[in-house]
Amino acid sequence: MRSSTTNIEVTMIEISHLTKRYGTTVAVDDLSFRVEPGRVTGFLGPNGAGKTTTMRAVLGLDLPTSGTVTIDGRRYRDLPVPLREVGALLDAKALHGGRSATKHLQALALSNGIPLSRVGEVLQMVGLQGVARRRTSGFSLGMSQRLGVAAALLGDPAIVMFDEPVNGLDPEGILWIRQLMRDLASEGRTVLVSSHLMSEMALTADYLVVIGRGRLIADTSISDFIESGSVSQTLVKSRDDALLASRLTQAGLSVRPGDAGGIVCSGPGIERIGDIALEARVALDELTPIRASLEEAFMELTRDSVDYIATTPSGAHSSQSAATSEGSLGQLNNLSEEAYR
Amino acid sequence: MTTAIATSTSPTHKDGASGSRRPASFADVARSEWVKLTSVRSTWITLAVTVLLGVGVGTLISGLAASRYSTDHHLHLTWDPTSVSFRALVIAQLAIAVLGTLVITSEYGTGLIRISLAAVPSRRRFLAAKATVFTAVALVVGEVTAFAAFLLGQAAIGTSAPHATLGQPGVLRAVIGAGLYLAAIGLLAVGIGTLLRNTAAGISAMVALLFVLPGLVQALPSSWANAITEWWPTQAGSQVYALHGGAHTLSAWAGFAVLIAFSAVVFGFAQWMLVRRDA
Repeated sequence: MRSSTTNIEVTMIEISHLTKRYGTTVAVDDLSFRVEPGRVTGFLGPNGAGKTTTMRAVLGLDLPTSGTVTIDGRRYRDLPVPLREVGALLDAKALHGGRSATKHLQALALSNGIPLSRVGEVLQMVGLQGVARRRTSGFSLGMSQRLGVAAALLGDPAIVMFDEPVNGLDPEGILWIRQLMRDLASEGRTVLVSSHLMSEMALTADYLVVIGRGRLIADTSISDFIESGSVSQTLVKSRDDALLASRLTQAGLSVRPGDAGGIVCSGPGIERIGDIALEARVALDELTPIRASLEEAFMELTRDSVDYIATTPSGAHSSQSAATSEGSLGQLNNLSEEAYR
Repeated sequence: MTTAIATSTSPTHKDGASGSRRPASFADVARSEWVKLTSVRSTWITLAVTVLLGVGVGTLISGLAASRYSTDHHLHLTWDPTSVSFRALVIAQLAIAVLGTLVITSEYGTGLIRISLAAVPSRRRFLAAKATVFTAVALVVGEVTAFAAFLLGQAAIGTSAPHATLGQPGVLRAVIGAGLYLAAIGLLAVGIGTLLRNTAAGISAMVALLFVLPGLVQALPSSWANAITEWWPTQAGSQVYALHGGAHTLSAWAGFAVLIAFSAVVFGFAQWMLVRRDA
């Protein structure tokens, strides 16, 4: 990933103790992290977690209540040619419907002294050259997303930020944007992409920053993230599950019946279970570590920080916690289905 | 949508960007605002409406007034052909005010403001460039409207009543003043639009400033009404295209200075708020 970083200036975003309040609502709460070049950093959190607010603060659009956001040590508003340093796609539908794609990009290019020839290049890059002269009011969400990406790439910036870029894209568009983000990172650029979809991050990000309710939950590589979020469990199948289960329980391990037969043992690793089975002289048929998926790890970490959760209709006090996790999982699954439609 | 999947990004990412890296200037932002202003249909519509109302309706009014001149002897006492040809500016100013509001509120309405301010983080520069470009356009269109309204209006008056010429004392000042007035109203609308950040609210505020409040003032005791009318920014400003000042009016340039000062205060406040508020 970092193979080609030698001749490219190192540009990173540094967010330090960022707090942003809107009235009494705390959108971002003492958030600190760094976004480094040469990799895709996934910015993950449930809806309302503060991802967009953070990105707006990076761009100097929302002024922090306290804390700082810097681009290579400089505030965004002090950048002499901002579009050449940071390209951002925040809201694809933020377009004047009466203006053509070309004119929209020309206005942006001129404001930063970028040659107008660049407009045709980026339109080509995102595949919109055929509709360049059409008014954007007729654009689908997917086309608007592509125009937003074109605008972000206009200044050939060392940093790119995309807020929920796969929303509204067709499957081809989703593949395209994933590849684009990886390419941008492999060129040595700093890539920050937000999503509420863990599954999307699993496919594109090298590194994760997870927030919930405006606070940092995790700042870690993808693989470490799975480790930290997973509860280690092992599926055990044997010739005498009942005997083995009692021996495991005697050894202080927690055991429950598996969904499809066998027993599920929580706690330490496979070796210990194997040893106990050997002592009990029970032949094992299967011994499988159950790895938490990224989605589950995400749920585990953000469980306490989800703002909007579906709960069971009425009188479900006893099963409140179960309803909470199921509700939010269901919500996430729905959202992922939507994104792939 | 038929689009080729472009997987390659710019090959020019060697030292961060293609081309030179000179800092962006006010002129860059002004050029950008020029493209924004001229690339949407609403600009051309509102400008055309300004000219059409000012010139078309003005000429019509001039012709009708002149035809009444021979029969209506009261008209002889107050006959001012210059003012007659500018009577439609009262309506035309609303069209330029709508455009002045739209140049900023359309950015808020669409969310484009965030893209604009990310591209131009200096908000003072952003608004100054936008206002400069718009006011320049409004001034050109305003002067075209003023001269056309005057010349066609006088032609419509023709021989049925005394008409004015540019060479008469004060007439050229009044004609140029009419264009200046339209541009100043436009600039005021940019300030109001920036403060209110909403098209409907901005236009309503302009209607209130131009028509509703001055009308309400007439309901006050006349000593109050006269004083307020004299100094009401838009009414004081309109003296710049009046040939003769009436009772309780400021002189042409003093009146216009009041309008400009008011617009400048509103604009300065709008700029200050723009810098302070989250986009």
